[in-house]
Amino acid sequence: MTATDIDHLIGLNGGDSSMATGNVRRIPVSSQALSGQKQVPMSADKIIEATHVSKWYGSFRALTDVNLTVRKGERIVICGPSGSGKSTLIRCFNRLEANQEGEIRVNGMLLHNKMRNVTEVRKNVGMVFQHFNLFPHMTVLMNCMAGPMWIKGVPEAQAKQTALKYLERVRIPEQANKYPVQLSGGQQQRVAIARSLCMEPAVMLFDEPTSALDPEMVSEVLETMTSLARDGMTMVCVTHEMGFARAVADRIIFMDKGRIVEEANPNDFFTNPHHERTRLFLSQILSH
Amino acid sequence: MLYQDTVDSEVLVHRPWFVASIFAAVLAVSLMFNLSGTAFGDLMRPVIGDPLQSGIYGRVAIAFVIAVMFCVNIVLIGFAPLRVQIGIVWAELLLLFLGFFNAFNLNMPFIWEHLPYLITQGVVTTIYVSAVSLIFASIIAMIAAIAKLSSNGFAYALASFYTSFFRGLPLLIQIYLIYLGLPQLGIVINAVPSGILALSLCVGAYMTEIFRAGIQSIDRGQWEASRSIGFGFGLTIRKIILPQALPVIIPPMGNTFIAMLKDSSLVSVLGVWELTFLARTIGQPTFHHMEMLITAAMIYWILSACLEVLQSRLEHHFARSKVR
Repeated sequence: MTATDIDHLIGLNGGDSSMATGNVRRIPVSSQALSGQKQVPMSADKIIEATHVSKWYGSFRALTDVNLTVRKGERIVICGPSGSGKSTLIRCFNRLEANQEGEIRVNGMLLHNKMRNVTEVRKNVGMVFQHFNLFPHMTVLMNCMAGPMWIKGVPEAQAKQTALKYLERVRIPEQANKYPVQLSGGQQQRVAIARSLCMEPAVMLFDEPTSALDPEMVSEVLETMTSLARDGMTMVCVTHEMGFARAVADRIIFMDKGRIVEEANPNDFFTNPHHERTRLFLSQILSH
Repeated sequence: MLYQDTVDSEVLVHRPWFVASIFAAVLAVSLMFNLSGTAFGDLMRPVIGDPLQSGIYGRVAIAFVIAVMFCVNIVLIGFAPLRVQIGIVWAELLLLFLGFFNAFNLNMPFIWEHLPYLITQGVVTTIYVSAVSLIFASIIAMIAAIAKLSSNGFAYALASFYTSFFRGLPLLIQIYLIYLGLPQLGIVINAVPSGILALSLCVGAYMTEIFRAGIQSIDRGQWEASRSIGFGFGLTIRKIILPQALPVIIPPMGNTFIAMLKDSSLVSVLGVWELTFLARTIGQPTFHHMEMLITAAMIYWILSACLEVLQSRLEHHFARSKVR
């Protein structure tokens, strides 16, 4: 499949594509020098810095020597076939999974197996799950207030104010007193985003946030995520929504078999994929 | 509620074949016993003459009237709405039951005379022993359940040994062991505390399994969401997991509590003046066994019924986040 085929499939117009080919900046991946290659100025803070991360499930190697740096304000999209380790990778970033080799620094703090340290990191990392994982026994409002109140010791009135602010932000303040089961999937996922935002995290991790949604509800969640990105939130998204990736991502990372295969800006990624595996993947997900 | 099909079917008790077979069954059962000497036979005197002289005719007539009354009753109940049906059947069963006890020719003044003491001493002690054991058992069970779920081998071994031991021994033997065995080691415990200790340990072992199952029934995603927000283990268990596990836990807990309320009667072997002990000791000297035993039985039943009501209230309360 040629680059123009892909352009056609994802609705790129000719002008765009010629502009894209004008500044091709492919990054050779799977080399350990990756973290040295910068797209954002050196001065930007590193929010997440993963070096030589490897992980095994028993004898199965889920991650192999992954290097990734996320700077403040960057939007990263991770894609790849199922079982390629993309979810495992971002779950390592707040240590829902433990990596056996390599180092992960979040906000300058080294993640290791000390509980206090992990909790400190988690407060700064928002996570949105595929299946929302809202707390079903609490109202929407309480879901959002719980974190600030119980961990940061924010007074109830102030927590409520913050919660309402972020529910407004995801455009469902009117559902504040309902229980999660009374909401549609898209609404639940937006509440989950608001719940994470209430902790005012330094980075948001999205683990396939639209995969469990009805097709009609995908767009409302993507719109929320896009508007977050526009406001400068640092984001790492595992998603198959290529339209979103093109519109929002600063970098797209393609993973296969636990390795980062390709890392490129969206234009290069879609118009001129470097690696054979990436081309195959793109042709498969863009051709239906 | 069971799954309710949307297909309407005729009410069972309005089908002729069903009513006919019930009629035949009741008739046959009534014929087997000679009811002419009972109060019911006396009621039939205008039709069959002296019941004791009426012979086979009287016997058949009585059985026939009983069968007709029974069938008319169930057919009529079939017309009533659900709640009324439940109420009527309960009331009728209760009446039958009272009639049955009445047949013992109980000495009612004797019961009324001793009832106040039975309540102020016996019931109070029973409730005291049960309630205190219930609190201790819950605490023990919570700790043991978490220990059983932990990855700490030491904690797991302790907890599983505990549940295995106390679920495996008869409660009566546990009570004896604690009351009679511990003093031999130099630890002397009074009757009431040793009863409470035995009950707490035994019921705690059963409840451990209930708590464990409840905690395990919660989706892993809830843990992940809670921990990823930054909640620690204690906060997650207290605020996220337990409130969701409670609706699962409550029905078997109600079971255990009711069982424990009645098992507290075993403490009577230690001479604790609780309900069963008093019922036996008050009834014995004057051979009014039945009076006291039936009274005690009724009191246990009423206490259990209170727990049942409490259980259904709680279930109702925790069902509110499931309403769509």
